[in-house]
Amino acid sequence: MSAVFGIFLLTLMLITAIAVVRTRNLFVATTLMGIFSLLLASNFFLLDAADVALTEAAVGAGISTVLFLSALSLTAEQEKPGHRGRLVALAVVLVTTLALLHATLDSPLLGDINAPVHQHVAPWYIDNTPLAIDVPNVVTAVLASFRGFDTLGEVFVVFTAGIGVMFLLAHYPQKPPHQPHHGLRHYLIQRLVGRTVIPFILLFGFYVQFHGDFGPGGGFQAGTLIAAGIILFALLEGPNSAIKVIPSGVLKGMVAGGALLYGGVGVATMLLGGTFLDYSVLSSDPVAGQHLGILLIELGVGITVTGVLLSIFFAFASRKHF
Amino acid sequence: MQMGVDILSWLLLTCGGLFVLVGGIGALRMPDLYTRMHAASVTDGIAPILIVGGLILQAGITLASIKLAAILIFLLLTGPAASNALASAAVLSGHRPGNASEMSAEEEA
Repeated sequence: MSAVFGIFLLTLMLITAIAVVRTRNLFVATTLMGIFSLLLASNFFLLDAADVALTEAAVGAGISTVLFLSALSLTAEQEKPGHRGRLVALAVVLVTTLALLHATLDSPLLGDINAPVHQHVAPWYIDNTPLAIDVPNVVTAVLASFRGFDTLGEVFVVFTAGIGVMFLLAHYPQKPPHQPHHGLRHYLIQRLVGRTVIPFILLFGFYVQFHGDFGPGGGFQAGTLIAAGIILFALLEGPNSAIKVIPSGVLKGMVAGGALLYGGVGVATMLLGGTFLDYSVLSSDPVAGQHLGILLIELGVGITVTGVLLSIFFAFASRKHF
Repeated sequence: MQMGVDILSWLLLTCGGLFVLVGGIGALRMPDLYTRMHAASVTDGIAPILIVGGLILQAGITLASIKLAAILIFLLLTGPAASNALASAAVLSGHRPGNASEMSAEEEA
């Protein structure tokens, strides 16, 4: 039954992907990309990858669509017709497709217990997580502790992306200009519903942030959800009201501070006599130290992701007041 | 007792599915934007009530039911608000009801 549903979702994704390529209207393409991400998230969930599904739904279907739309408000709605290099593109796509199809012949079947991916380090993580870290969600243990250095790299990727957008587009108004009619001021129903829903979105974001040890979630997903709540507020009330809530300095502090907190935890563990990002030394009890370390670095991830997403959104929004 | 709950939830789920189907057919077959939205709003309104209601009956009195109820409230708040925003935006951008030929011409362009 699950296989039938999976094939159904994958077929829908294929149709959506072809539609994205076929359409010349960028607005339609953006909307279809959101649908594609939502289908992908459902598919991840079907494969029991709840953490990835949550990320894909929040980032792919949610924030990316909003960011694409903000970017679209600065440019034209129709794609420019281009005909050069079509044969080359076709050849590249064909060769890549054939190579990937050939590669699938060698890959193990889905869910095969003897597949290398299930026999290499995965059993070690599953056996050692209850002993060393003692959190129910092994994904969080791997992401935040066993492979904390990789995640530090990811946070710095997000941080670098935020700085890049700031350099390219930075025009963050220091003072709100005197333009009173912004946002959806005459859309009374949407504003009322938004005001009702936004606190719950933020509450759910904090739940995902601090519940990441026990269930699907963590800093990346929570940062996206909290940013989505604030972006919804900015869309409804106008960016100026949102800038009053989170001033420019605070936002820049969040972008840098989260990454700094993550790296700072690593330096602190070194000063306490451990290795870089070995949280066991943070407390007299190694397991409690691990919990404290994971809490702190997840907080750092969440702060940086929220700050970067909001910076990108405001960089686009302040270019053209919607 | 369990049999009755199962039959009731099965009925609710089937009816909800039928309403989604009707909404989908309507969104494809109706002539212009406003009638299409009118058809699609069936999917926003009655279908989630029936489907989530059926799922709550399946889940019984558990934490899952409370989560499902929260999802239902969220859907019922946001769905109509989004439909209203879409319709308002269409009116503001100058769409008039009934000019189906103009709409299909725009889609083909």
